[in-house]
Amino acid sequence: MGDGVRDGIALVTGASRGIGRAIAFRLAADGWPVAVNYRTDDEGAKETVVRIEDRGGDALLAQGDVSSRDGIEEAFSAAEERGPVLVLVNNAGVTRDGLAMMMKPENWDTVIRTNLDGAFWACRRAMKKMVTARWGRIVNIASVVGVKGHAGQANYAAAKAGLIGLTRSLALELATRGITANAVAPGFVRTQITEALGDERLAQIVEATPIGREIQPEEVAAAVGFLVSEDAAAITGQVLCVDGGMTA
Amino acid sequence: MATDTTVSRDHILETFREQLAGFEVKPDQVAEDSSFDVLGLDSLDVVELSVRVEDVYGIDIEEDDLENVTTIGNAIDVVLRKISEKS
Repeated sequence: MGDGVRDGIALVTGASRGIGRAIAFRLAADGWPVAVNYRTDDEGAKETVVRIEDRGGDALLAQGDVSSRDGIEEAFSAAEERGPVLVLVNNAGVTRDGLAMMMKPENWDTVIRTNLDGAFWACRRAMKKMVTARWGRIVNIASVVGVKGHAGQANYAAAKAGLIGLTRSLALELATRGITANAVAPGFVRTQITEALGDERLAQIVEATPIGREIQPEEVAAAVGFLVSEDAAAITGQVLCVDGGMTA
Repeated sequence: MATDTTVSRDHILETFREQLAGFEVKPDQVAEDSSFDVLGLDSLDVVELSVRVEDVYGIDIEEDDLENVTTIGNAIDVVLRKISEKS
């Protein structure tokens, strides 16, 4: 068990690939047992677990669709086989891009339900154990579009902005219990989600990133690792932008 | 985790006394008519206390259950009702 690692487990939602997988790797490397949540990509999730184990880490699968309360319960039940969830990283997210005036109701609902509702119910589920342990770490993966907006992503931006408000409110509610709640807002990280934007749009985004390149998933994971560590015990209710200067 | 469905009020009162030790409340301060205010508990303390009691009795106390609960006696009523509903 590494420095600062408590007698519990870290649950990372949407950890079968991309940023979630990198976060799972990072927390495992820091000494946390990691529950790898996924919805349908069981091959990807298993690969995340195997790669953690190959590096000497401890991980288990925690299947569950976090856009529903039942799915969240399934994921937590699996994770709690190993101990209370004392670190929760709400990473699972979906996009359904389109101009607001043409947006289908189901595309609004799906994005809000997964990215915001799901994160809230997962936080709510985790908090009870954290409160009794008087220690916990909640890290919500937001996005720069939740900070500054983005045409064609009104639903995603609203969900991520809501996630930031949720994070700040939880931080205030839980501050006296040794529990921190923070958000990490990545800029442009090339994942399966961002691939949908198309090459031309992706090139424009890189151009708008002051450091002139994409953010690596490992760089987002490093921010999460820091916020989970004891070094960050006094940091709560904050949004850490890992965006190459986009919001500077 | 207790599964006994015939838990007495005294047993639950004793549980509250044990759990309140974690809030620096002495057992002799805790009686059925003790209010959370007088015991120095804020709203988050009450929620934490309810979570701890949930774990002891294997029950699930919801937000609605805590409405109008201001004393240890009120809280014992809730616990008894929840144990009864579970059985």
